[in-house]
Amino acid sequence: MKQRSAARIVVAIIFAALVLSPLIIKRFAARRDETKTKLDLQTALARHGFYLQEVSRAAGVNFVHQAPTLDPRLNHIMPQVASMGASVSIVDFDHDGWPDIYVTSSKEGAKNALYRNMHDGTFKDVAEELGVADVNRPGTGVSMGAVWGDYDNDGYEDLLLIKWGKPELFHNDAGHGFTRVTEQVGLPPWINANTALWFDYDGDGLLDLFIGGYYSEDVDLWHLASTKMMPDSFEYAKNGGRKYLFHNLGNGKFEEISEQVGINSRRWALASAAADLRGTGHPDLFIANDYGVSELYFNDGKRFHEVGQETGVGFAPKSGMNASFGDILNQGRYAVYVSNISEEGVLIQGNNLWMPKEGTSGDKVQFENLARDFGVEIGGWSFGAQFGDLNNDGTLDLYLTNGYVSLDHDRSYWYDFSKIAGGHSTILNDAKNWPAMEGRSLSGYQTKHVWLNDGSGKFVDVASAVGVTDTYDGRAVAFADLWNRGVLDVVVANERGPLLIYKNTVTPENKWVEFDLEGTKSNRSAIGAQVTVFWNGQQQVQEVSGGSGFAAQNQRRLHFGLGKTSHIERAVIRWPSGKVQTIENPALNENHSVTEPL
Amino acid sequence: MSQPSVAIGPKTAEPFQWKRFFSLDNRYIAPMFITCILVVGQISFGFLESYKKTGIAIAVSLISESILARIFTGKWPNLASAYISGISVGILVRSPAIWPYVVCALISIMSKYVLRVKGRHIWNPSNFGISVLLFLAPGTVAGLSIQWGNYLLPMLVIWVLGSIIIARLHRFNITGTYVACFIALAFLRSYITGSPWQSEIAPLTGPMYQLFIFFMITDPKTTVRSKFWQCVVVAIVAFVEMILRLEHVVYAPFYALFMVGPAALLIEMWFDSRRPVPARVAA
Repeated sequence: MKQRSAARIVVAIIFAALVLSPLIIKRFAARRDETKTKLDLQTALARHGFYLQEVSRAAGVNFVHQAPTLDPRLNHIMPQVASMGASVSIVDFDHDGWPDIYVTSSKEGAKNALYRNMHDGTFKDVAEELGVADVNRPGTGVSMGAVWGDYDNDGYEDLLLIKWGKPELFHNDAGHGFTRVTEQVGLPPWINANTALWFDYDGDGLLDLFIGGYYSEDVDLWHLASTKMMPDSFEYAKNGGRKYLFHNLGNGKFEEISEQVGINSRRWALASAAADLRGTGHPDLFIANDYGVSELYFNDGKRFHEVGQETGVGFAPKSGMNASFGDILNQGRYAVYVSNISEEGVLIQGNNLWMPKEGTSGDKVQFENLARDFGVEIGGWSFGAQFGDLNNDGTLDLYLTNGYVSLDHDRSYWYDFSKIAGGHSTILNDAKNWPAMEGRSLSGYQTKHVWLNDGSGKFVDVASAVGVTDTYDGRAVAFADLWNRGVLDVVVANERGPLLIYKNTVTPENKWVEFDLEGTKSNRSAIGAQVTVFWNGQQQVQEVSGGSGFAAQNQRRLHFGLGKTSHIERAVIRWPSGKVQTIENPALNENHSVTEPL
Repeated sequence: MSQPSVAIGPKTAEPFQWKRFFSLDNRYIAPMFITCILVVGQISFGFLESYKKTGIAIAVSLISESILARIFTGKWPNLASAYISGISVGILVRSPAIWPYVVCALISIMSKYVLRVKGRHIWNPSNFGISVLLFLAPGTVAGLSIQWGNYLLPMLVIWVLGSIIIARLHRFNITGTYVACFIALAFLRSYITGSPWQSEIAPLTGPMYQLFIFFMITDPKTTVRSKFWQCVVVAIVAFVEMILRLEHVVYAPFYALFMVGPAALLIEMWFDSRRPVPARVAA
């Protein structure tokens, strides 16, 4: 009897400790979080090796995104429906060696902007004079994103504009202007698209085009035939927009072949990115879907095979809003970062960091989500993210923006949102059943995350410490060495908010190298070209991308931080044509312009 | 969630009978039903967070129940109840981390042995575990808040099958009363808040509620005896839930049961203690 009483006491103590364990875990987690500490430039440089300073106004950029006004029957939930469209893409459209910036606005009649780099620290909006500003005319839909690629291999990047509406392709006339060629190339009349990318899926040296629909393409959001246009499930929706793969025929025309090659999905695509995940020489396609699982399409050069379930990335349905690749452990393999929703007390999806499993490769590659282990899991209502070496220490860091709808500070729409999200499709699908937002916020005013990679599998959030303190509703993030200084600057597009340019200051001790590639047999943009840099017994692979993150495109130039090294052993370039080129001992702290050998 | 309370007769040595082998012992109906929900949900649209996490929750429940029963009763327990608790935790808890599944399963089972009044546990085990975790670890844990994929059929199967099984266990009065009260109060909430009535009804169509109304609120070990008072108590649960919902509490049903269930049991015990003749008949 005594023994039983003692056991009861012991069990009671363990029970009490278990009940309190969530609080203890939370307290330990908070201790590790450095986000709240704000540092000055010198301290940040000494501690983290870089500092980001917001300079948009000083750089002559005063762009504020405007949201669309859709069908009045959506008025009660307008802020959350009309909640996307802020995008940013980096392009050197005039081929002067300095990155320019294209940004979109989404209000009917609002102008997009193309900021030409003036080489003196400032930018000048030339969109109007070059013909790519007035693209949100009523009746044609509004901008959702833009990606650049040289589809006709004339040496100048052309502009694909995706909209909730009519997609547009603008031919770049040698950097002096743009000619609208939408009809000639054969793009469809209407796609409610939120993601697109350029890639040469079949390796024929011509850039092809992927566009992912969000709302179904038969929905005109300004003139709804029915309010039953919302997703039919919060996590298993399959009534979204179709996917398009436009095969470049090389004569200024494209042929839509998605079904022919095995891409046949009506999930709600929000982000896509392509990279060679298996070493086959063909870019595989990753699609992050809202209201459902992600999709991964292996590409054999002719057909695509959806392998989400087999590889592990398509098992747990979440709210995918970003897809970006990064060799975060310097092992020559890409991780995939997918952002989702986490709201304390309501919904904890957690972001996904899909790492290739040890011992799996090629067609048998498997991914496991290590976001929690690596410390990049919880990011609020996450949107765009990009990998890049922000402090040039030789490992890729991660910048994540977030925040959905920031309205009334003190009133949240989350309760009503969760209520309807748990309902059956017949209720959820109809916008008229959704409770009115009435000016309430939905995951608004969120702090951003700048995760610094320690190289051994841990990321530490240093956002505030390095100067990132904004709380706008972030959407797109793009990295570029805006002023050719050998550092990655950060450009962030915010919904209903200003375009932010974070100028990066990096400790000069850390070395870097950049590669500006131009294809000859391969597509001239060199999209899909992989560069592996070997130094100090390390290696890191990066790939030229035709669009990644959320509604974003980084500079095509590849930037590698190298830490305190004295030399680079070699850089190996694998061109999309299959040709492999090795550059021995490339010089440090230089941008190397490389043309594909014939 | 816990197993239905069924009187078990003394074991006698009988020859093996196939008919008896295949007959449905009431003790196993609930575990079979919840397994059915798991299988239907997983096959039709894969609603588990992961096999691993659900497996861990079940394993922790079974192991902890076995150990604690040995310690406190000296016997190996019937594990049907622990299985239901584990599977409920595995389905209802949504977290990217593994520890909540372990902690929630442990708290659920241990609560049966620690939080006892007059030899009786007063909280439904998984209701206790899940409520505690949702309240104390909102940054890591959420509840199941999705629906049955895009399909009506799995939902109908669960409703029909669940109703039949609960009726067989003589507890449909609880489920029926709760559903009727929820629907009536949903219209009242719609009137008060101005939200579409469909959005107020919406939660009832999800699997979280089906688990709640078929397993949690009907748990014989933690409900009062009289059928009439069972209906009254569950109506109060629905009412408290409505108050919490008006305060925008996302996990209102769990918290409502957490508050009302034990209070009702304590009141029943108090009345029992005042009765001169302890003429209790096992349900």
